[in-house]
Formats: sequence, structure tokens, C-alpha cells
Amino acid sequence: MTAYSVTEPTGRSKLVAGLLVTLYAVITLLPLLWIISTGFKSGPDSISYPPKVVFEPSLEGYVNLFTTRTRVAAEEFQNLPPPETWYDAIVRESGMVIAGPSRFGERFLNSVIIGFGSTFLSIFLGTLAAYAFSRFKVPLKDDLLFFILSTRMMPPIAVAIPIYLMYRELGLSDTHLGMILLYTAVNISLAVWLLKGFIDEIPREYEEAALIDGYTRFQAFRKVVLPQAATGIASTAIFCLIFAWNEYAFAVLLTSGTAQTAPPFIPTIIGVGGQDWPAVAAGATIFLLPVMIFTILLRKHLLRGITFGAVRK
Amino acid sequence: MADIRLSGLTKTFGATRALADVSLTIPDGAFVVLLGPTGAGKTTTLRLIAGLDRPDAGDIAIDGRSVLADTPAQRDVAMVFQQYSLYPHLTVRENLAFPLRSPVLNWPEDRITRKVAEVAEVLHIAHKLDNKATQLSGGEMQRVSIGRALVRNPRIYLMDEPLSSLDAKLRADLRVELKRIHAELGATFLYVTHDQIEAMTMATHVGVLDQGKLVQFGTPREIYENPVSAYVASRLGQPRITLLPADAFGPAPAGAAQIGLRPEHVILGEGQPATVRRVEHLGDQTRLHLTMGAHEIVTLADPHTTLAPGEQLSIRPENPLWFDASGNRI
Repeated sequence: MTAYSVTEPTGRSKLVAGLLVTLYAVITLLPLLWIISTGFKSGPDSISYPPKVVFEPSLEGYVNLFTTRTRVAAEEFQNLPPPETWYDAIVRESGMVIAGPSRFGERFLNSVIIGFGSTFLSIFLGTLAAYAFSRFKVPLKDDLLFFILSTRMMPPIAVAIPIYLMYRELGLSDTHLGMILLYTAVNISLAVWLLKGFIDEIPREYEEAALIDGYTRFQAFRKVVLPQAATGIASTAIFCLIFAWNEYAFAVLLTSGTAQTAPPFIPTIIGVGGQDWPAVAAGATIFLLPVMIFTILLRKHLLRGITFGAVRK
Repeated sequence: MADIRLSGLTKTFGATRALADVSLTIPDGAFVVLLGPTGAGKTTTLRLIAGLDRPDAGDIAIDGRSVLADTPAQRDVAMVFQQYSLYPHLTVRENLAFPLRSPVLNWPEDRITRKVAEVAEVLHIAHKLDNKATQLSGGEMQRVSIGRALVRNPRIYLMDEPLSSLDAKLRADLRVELKRIHAELGATFLYVTHDQIEAMTMATHVGVLDQGKLVQFGTPREIYENPVSAYVASRLGQPRITLLPADAFGPAPAGAAQIGLRPEHVILGEGQPATVRRVEHLGDQTRLHLTMGAHEIVTLADPHTTLAPGEQLSIRPENPLWFDASGNRI
């Protein structure tokens, strides 16, 4: 007689589950694969129909992304010295020369500063607020928490015009600080609520033990609460970063020069030298990397974070 | 080493009164056991002394000085919690060293290493020092949390049912160990338990709490032999004291409403007829469950008794405890 286990899935159900997960992964990953492969296609390959699955890889898109190029007169082109670098050579093939670097590097750096800056600020303030809401008697606690949550009850872009006017008045338009503050303001409600849940799960006895062991409340917070909230902090940080990183509408509205982030910049590539899809795809691919790396680094925490409340007790 | 004086200590949580006007002086070096059912205020008393909660009224003085304004760290007490007290992100070694690394003590590392090894030896957890706290069994966790109190040399040890999650053998071992530590250090202990053996064997003083009030404070013997009320009498004694209407065995003293019979108050072989309902052989003792008319009585018989259910025997009370209508001793 075979013993059947109630908790261990059978071979067939494992197979079905595996197929479903694979199918889902293929569907969600297809656009990503499309973008990544387009980034390595040549201009004509990128718009050929039917689409080319097998193609000769080219770095033209990436070179175009990071450079600005000009067309020079035919005779002048003949008299140019031979290209000095590999990217020079790639540009020459299309009959152009590199005029200088593009603004993509700066925009990307802006995205990093603003995305990580606002994530850090949201987590820092959110953790302190969540701890206070979780542990102390705060007057009107429930009302305050509801108020914090209510800031997310409408789409943030609904207040775009007041914010635009306010930022112009305060001189925060097109500044890094302005964008960091804005994304922090949007993210902080999420951070406070998520983190409060995580901190609520940490029994007070740990801090009380630390207080008796000779530590001050702040030291107990740092040495006992923070390490145990690491999981929650990591998953909250990922959510905050993804929002700030991908935000498009406010970035279009409030930034144009010094503080412009990558999302509003990438579409502008289309206008510069014709419809340069490989360059756009290359920009999107590079843009994906930081969030992907950040998520992979914190993956273990994220998985535990999602199931945290369910398995704890 | 310190004496503790609680005066008029009162604490309420919302609508529930946890402690009501508790006054108590604990002499230096005493081992005080607090007894009482859940909700009697035992844990609250410890938390107030530790400084984790603030009393609504009353004062707590350690070594003659009020500590109400002091933080838990300044009070220099150690506390063993009933549960949840190990830091799960640290190893056993780091857990034990945690109090010694605090800004208050801040011992040098080599001294910490020696002290931790010494305490781990006493508590039989030396082989687990490098495990994460979460990889321990319940008993091991509890030993580590006792260890975290023992690495220090605080003025007062507060222990909230520290042995309740341990198995019988370990409990017996640690009982002896704690008693030895108490004798050696001469420190003041305040110890909460439900366990009568712990109370009787370890305590120099027993305090009985009932709904936030301290109803009796004295030596274990006093509490057992001379309880002030039926409530106190039923806190100690295995099997529990049998309470019957005062006239169950005939005339009672004036004002008595209940007669309280501990096993040693029941003489077998003479007096009124009773029927054996059940015989429990516990090894060192044999319990007899008797019925006498409508009343049930639990008492002890000779461990080698041949009595069997259904047999008849006679019983009579000797020097029983008498209680009035409100449960107070007469």
C-alpha cells in the first residue's frame, strides 16, 4: 500500500504547477526579452517585419544612446583620420561622426540620486514613525495613521498642478532636493504602514529585556528592533525604490534640465536622430538594471517579508 | 544586594486593576516567591520594580532610595521573562554577552568571554554557545535567558516563572542551581511561580496575591500552616486543601462556615464512615479520593496501602482550619 502525504504535492500536481509558472514567466518576460534584444539590433533589424529573432548583434544602440552624432559632408568624411575607438568605428559605418556625449549618463545619475535618496529618506523617516506608532501612546494615533494613509487615496498626479505651482514658488522645480522630497512624500505613507506591521510583529519583550540589560531605548531600538525589522525594511525599500525609479508623470512635469530623471529622457531619444529604437531599448535595458540588482540583492528578505505575517505565529 | 520596599503600590491597565495598594518589605538577601493565579498581579509587580511600567500610585525603594525616577538600566536589576526574551538574531554567546556589553557595564572582551563560559557551564549550554538563539529547544532557551540574568551581578533578580517551560528533571536541577546561586551570591530574588515545590523549597518568604492585593506575606511554613484565608490555604498543598461546610463532621466553632482539611488533618480509621472512590498511586504518595455523604475529600494514605475503590473506612478531622463566611480564617 502506498502512503499518501497530505502536505507533500504529488508528481503530477508539481508538473502542472511548474508548467503554469513557466507559462506565466514567459508571458511576463516576453516584453523584457523584446526590449533587451532590440537594444542589440541594428536600426533596420529593429523595425524589420516579420521581427527577426535571430540577428547579428550590434552595439549601435548603446553607442547611439551615450553619444550625439552629426552627419558631415561626403568629401570631409573621406578626409577624416581613421576611427580611434571601437565606438567611433560603429558610428562611422552609418556615415556620421561623434559630436559628443549624450545626456543619458547625467539623467541616469539623476535617477540614481533621486531614487535611492528618496528611498533612504522614506525608510529612515518611516521606520522612526512606525516604531513610534507601534510602541508609544501617541495622541490621536488612529486618526493620524488614517491621515497618513489617506494621502494615497487619490493618484498623486491629481495634485500635480498645486505641486507644480508650489514648487515654482519655492524654487524646488527641477532640483534633486525637490524630487527627493516629492517621492518621499508619496512613499512615506506606504513605508509607515508596512513597517508598522513589521514592527508590531516584534514582541516588546525583546526591547524590555534590553532596557533591563542596561541599554537606553534608542540603543535597544538600534540593537534589537532594527536587526529584526531588517526583512520588513528591505521589502519596504524595494517598493519605495520601484515607485521612485519608475515615476514618469511628475518627472515630466517638474524636471527638464538639471534634475531630469531617466524616464522622461528616454522617449526624447526618438526625436533626435530619427526613430532610433535600438537606442531607446538600450536605454530601457540599462534603466532596468539597478532595480533588478537591488531586488536580487534583497530577494531573500523580500520573499520572507511577503510571508512574514503568515508564518510567524 | 539590596532590600526592596514597596509602599502603597497601585497600577491599573484601563479598567482592570492589576495592583491595589500593595505594601511589602523584602529584606536584603531574601528569596521571595509570589504566588497567585493568572491576573493576580505577580508579573505586574515585577515589571514595576524593573521599571518597565510606572505605578499609578505608591513608591518603590531599593536600598532605601526611591527608584521611581530611574530608568530600568539605572535600577540595576536583572529579569528573566516567561517567554520571548532571547534576541533571535544573535547567537547564544552574544545573547549571554549582551548585558555585559551594555554601556552601563561595558566589560572588556576577555572578561566577557570568561564569564559567559562560566555561566554556560553552570546551565549546561556550553555546547550550544555558537547556535542561533532560534535553534534551541524551549528548555535551552529558558536556560539561556536565566543565564543572561546570571552573567551580571545585579542588585535584584526578578524571575517570572523561569522554570515553567522546562521538563521535570531539568526543573529539579535548576531549582537546586538557583538556590545555590542565591546562597552563594546572597542576592535578593523575587520569583513568580505557580509551582508549589518551587515555592516551598526555594523561598525564604512567600507573598500571596489575590486580584492585585497582597493577602499574606510570610515564610513558606507560615503560609502553609497558618493561612489567613481559604484562598491562601488553597495556594499551597498537594493535594489541595479540601473545603467542606463547617458542620460536615458535627459541631463547629461559632462563626465558622467552612472546614479546611489538608491530608494531615484527616485521621483514617476512626470517626465517620466514608467510601473510597479512587486510589492514585503517585509513587512517593498515594492519594485517596473519598466520598462522605454528599462530600468529596482528597487525602493521602500510606504509599503501600491496599485500599481499593468501593471499600469503606472511617475518617475524622484533627486540628482542621476553620474559615468564616467570607473565607477568612477563624
